[in-house]
Amino acid sequence: MPHIVCLVKQVPDPETPASQFKVDEAAKKVIPAPGVQPVPSQFDTIGVEAALRIKDKLPDTTITVVSVGPDSFRDSIKTGLAMGADEGVHVNDPAVNDADHWATAEVIAAVIQKLGAFDLVIAGRQATDWDMGVVGSTVAEILGVPVVTIAKDVQMDGGKITVERVLLDGFETVEAPAPAVVTISNEFGEPRYPQLKQIMAAAKKEVKNWTCADLGISPPANRVTLEALFVPETKVETEVIEGETPQEKAQKLAQRLREAKLI
Amino acid sequence: MPNGVLVFGEATEDGQLNPVTAELVGAGTALGGPVTVALLGSGVQGLAEQAGSYGAQKVIVVDDAVLKEYVGDAYLPPAERIARETDPAIILFGQTMIGRDLAPRLAQRLGTAVAMDCVKLEKNGDKLIAERPCYGGAARARYSINAMPQMATVRVKALEPAEAGSSGAEIVSQPAGVDASAVRVKVISRKKEEAEGVRLEDAKVVVSGGRGLGGPEAFTQLEELANILGGAVGASRAVCDLGWYPVAAQVGLTGKVVTPDLYIAIGISGASQHMAGISSVKNIASVNKDPDAGIFKSSRWAVVTDWKEFVPAFIEEVKKVRAA
Repeated sequence: MPHIVCLVKQVPDPETPASQFKVDEAAKKVIPAPGVQPVPSQFDTIGVEAALRIKDKLPDTTITVVSVGPDSFRDSIKTGLAMGADEGVHVNDPAVNDADHWATAEVIAAVIQKLGAFDLVIAGRQATDWDMGVVGSTVAEILGVPVVTIAKDVQMDGGKITVERVLLDGFETVEAPAPAVVTISNEFGEPRYPQLKQIMAAAKKEVKNWTCADLGISPPANRVTLEALFVPETKVETEVIEGETPQEKAQKLAQRLREAKLI
Repeated sequence: MPNGVLVFGEATEDGQLNPVTAELVGAGTALGGPVTVALLGSGVQGLAEQAGSYGAQKVIVVDDAVLKEYVGDAYLPPAERIARETDPAIILFGQTMIGRDLAPRLAQRLGTAVAMDCVKLEKNGDKLIAERPCYGGAARARYSINAMPQMATVRVKALEPAEAGSSGAEIVSQPAGVDASAVRVKVISRKKEEAEGVRLEDAKVVVSGGRGLGGPEAFTQLEELANILGGAVGASRAVCDLGWYPVAAQVGLTGKVVTPDLYIAIGISGASQHMAGISSVKNIASVNKDPDAGIFKSSRWAVVTDWKEFVPAFIEEVKKVRAA
């Protein structure tokens, strides 16, 4: 029975207006915008979609959604289950809630090893909070399996993973033997939205709660130190184009762009 | 004791030295050097001298047919070997198709970490301080790395390239030493996608539309404007989600990152995820009827107006100034 593991996490909603984006520089953390709920990282839900498309063709496939992080990360697992994944694993251990990308990858690799046999791990090409883009590759290296990054399509067929990998001016088709890790990009397409019935059904699906002790590992040490987090100064001087009518404003903007040799 | 800076240079597909190489040598020199350039590929031997002309002390060339097309499995063994032999304090890659794939894998093999997509590198004593955009460019993070070597990938065109001088660099050739059986991933085919008209990523002018346009019909006018300006049309995520415009035109965190000389944003409010796609654009002109639209803060020109009357008038005005 094919087994696909999808890596997911929860992030601040990237649709938050830029003006509401605030950072606590002392704590080196983003201050959640009031009234804006965190969401699953979009590349991760695209990854779940990619797994579901494989399951559509190979119905006996089991999809496990894995997340390492605090309580709020459970929602990203729930989303994956509501979309159609079969089971979840949440590593919610205070000892790794401030884990960096490499410590997180160590924990994920331990989860995958504990789950047993797998054919494919799908990760987002990056998470939309830290935008680092290293976890999928690092997990592959720890597990000693091939990795293909930045995919726009993934197919699985009899122990062979076929991936269309995004290039600057097109794409390449590559093949890797299973098991392998693939990181998925937005070129894949949109993830499905769970229907109410699926959301209800997802409530009955099992989410295992594991700690580092359950995994038989000690909490891995971080390899990077976050020295500072800040909102960069935008040094733009804005000129508001004045005018009595839209026509007047149009004329003035065209003039300004001409003066700046931009049109 | 780890010492010096190892940079991974690159060749372009048509056999030239990728300009990112000079940027990496410049960064390595600014970090104190001495710089060693590693150049991996097929047919790259002839580029070694140029790679050494930017102030590097040494160029290590691995010119092998097995490295013709980039496959991580093939590039990783020579990259790891060179890293271990050179024993640098710092390793730099470009944030290119190769760097973003290879650097994280090399970091794990060397038991260290890599700060990806950096826009500023500094040293604090022996410590590398790597600054990089995160949260789609809404924030910047500064990292130090608690292991050796300290690795970073550098955003293309973010740092000053070193100037070419007389080459005094020692040039050393090495075999790839790749066991074909270790290359698990095979490239079956490559396909170039020819874009119609100007590619969004190459366009000097991008005219982009958001949810404020109220429907797909408005894009005809945006296309007309883009045509006149020799530019391309972009769209916000909301617009693509609603099916008003093709996803291929989506600009932002989960769409395309664009770097035109001029970005005209119409009916776009400026969610962080959209701003992530235009964070390097210096000239943004935005049109929005909401005077508090977040995008105005990042715009050089702000027009508070209803697009419906503005855009047709603007098209006429643009025609006029271009005819003048």
